[in-house]
Amino acid sequence: MAITSVATTAYGEPPPPRRNRIFEDERWLAFALLVPTMVLLGLFIAYPFVRGILLSVTDSRVGVPGNFVGLANFYKIFNDSIFRTSVYNTFLYTGVTTVFKLALGLWLAMLLNRHFRGKAFTRAFILLPFIIPTVLSTFAWKWMFDPTFSVLNWTLYHLGLITGRINWLGDPDLAMISIMVINIWRGVPFFAISLLAGLQTISPELNEAAAIDGAKPLQRFWYITWPLLLPVTMVVVLFSVIQTFADFQIVYVMTGGGPANATHLFATYAYQIGIGTGLLSEGAAISLAMFPVLFLVVIIQLLYIRRVEVR
Amino acid sequence: MIEGALWRKWVFFYLPMALFLIFLLFPFYWMVITSVRPDGELYRPWNSVNYNPFWTWKPTLDHFRYLFEETLFAAWLWNTMFIALASTAISLVCGVFAGYALSRLNFPFAGSLGTGIFITYLVPQTLLFIPLAEIIRNYRLGDTPWSLILTYPTFLIPFCTWLMMGYFKAVPKELEECARIDGASRWQAMLYIVIPVAIPGILSAGIFAFTLSWNEFIYALVFLSSPEQKTVPVGVTSELIRGDVFFWGPLMAGALLGSIPVAIAYSFFVEHYVAGLTGSVKG
Repeated sequence: MAITSVATTAYGEPPPPRRNRIFEDERWLAFALLVPTMVLLGLFIAYPFVRGILLSVTDSRVGVPGNFVGLANFYKIFNDSIFRTSVYNTFLYTGVTTVFKLALGLWLAMLLNRHFRGKAFTRAFILLPFIIPTVLSTFAWKWMFDPTFSVLNWTLYHLGLITGRINWLGDPDLAMISIMVINIWRGVPFFAISLLAGLQTISPELNEAAAIDGAKPLQRFWYITWPLLLPVTMVVVLFSVIQTFADFQIVYVMTGGGPANATHLFATYAYQIGIGTGLLSEGAAISLAMFPVLFLVVIIQLLYIRRVEVR
Repeated sequence: MIEGALWRKWVFFYLPMALFLIFLLFPFYWMVITSVRPDGELYRPWNSVNYNPFWTWKPTLDHFRYLFEETLFAAWLWNTMFIALASTAISLVCGVFAGYALSRLNFPFAGSLGTGIFITYLVPQTLLFIPLAEIIRNYRLGDTPWSLILTYPTFLIPFCTWLMMGYFKAVPKELEECARIDGASRWQAMLYIVIPVAIPGILSAGIFAFTLSWNEFIYALVFLSSPEQKTVPVGVTSELIRGDVFFWGPLMAGALLGSIPVAIAYSFFVEHYVAGLTGSVKG
């Protein structure tokens, strides 16, 4: 009796359950594995995107379903001087901070790419600005830039660099500079660690060989390190440009777009109009105005990745 | 290493490194020192005499006490933790499955689906928050943690998928084939052979997703309205400021405490986090 039951399990294999048979087909298994992702991305990215476009061509407000108004919202925002300032600010903000983040990040990466005591420790600490929730660390900066109690003013005053107080967030230009400093502060670690990973893939023998041939450090950087690092640099820069272009948190906390709406970016102005004032359709239009630029960057990134993969 | 004299090493290495460290870490020092400083010391004008802003001899825990007794900070911490863990779990399951399918299975449109997911990875939250707020309201999810648990995966899944694809591609095909010859179904081979090999990738994706959802701000700001539902970043922003009055002590204490869970999670998995970060841009 016992022997026969062993025999059946060993030789006469029972048919597998139906579920498993379906999943033996690669296409069905792939479909089943992708369903949850497709549902979530469809519901909360593709659908809102379509809704956003539909919203931007109506005149709806909070609680009031609107009528079709064509491109009136876009016409209106392009004639809005605050919107124009936000466009200018966004490009300036993205351009300036990206240059600084790349330069400082590269410098920091090169410093980290050598052997010294406490390297792992230093690297871990350096990433903190990138890890800590942006809003919370931006509050620390806001407190440092506080017009009356600013520790920066205290330091500059005691170093003899200033005689009166600097109202960091009260002046449009200074406010913009302050915001950029925080963005750079937050972005440098990301650039540094990503570029460091890229640097570590470059064989030190290349640099040594060039040094033996008499290349100066600057030449070695320009003709060896930089070209080899370019693929990583491109991806990091494009990635950062998208995030910076669509930034919200730093400006929202530091100035709220002030003084006198001088420091708005696309996202903060869209928030102020769409959520603050309740003009949903106009806010959606302001958000969507970011789309062409983001689209362009994504296309560049896709083409670039494709090219690198082909090589 | 820089060759040559010692002074060169100081000028080209130690000095810039020290400046970088001061620049990057000073705000955290300032957060800590402010959070334990009594109010009387806090609000002294920057040019008053004999005032040393960098140190205090009378540390106090009043600000932390205020935070827990007078505000809903404990609830915000709990909300943020719950939302971050739940959305990370959902994103990991989805991302591991999708990453497996896209990197190891042959099916029509695999390439374009992969590109599609990569594009959603690059969609910033600020592009869609207004229509999404409407949709959340229509689904009656507004002001519940589910509004965030279901929307955070939209920026976490693409990242997890992308990262997992890299790890799955590195697992040799033979490993799976061996298991299949021994009688494992495709499903079993995936679950018991391929996924365990990719555990470091899952950890990287998980820790990165956790920090991202802890950090998220604009969705939480727009979708949540009642104080007891808020997350730490939103609660600190909206409830610790009354009009134009900033309570800097509690604000900094809140910022510090709100940062600690991520900092702890990060410190345990630094290597995985770095792998996730660099993997996320390299693909």
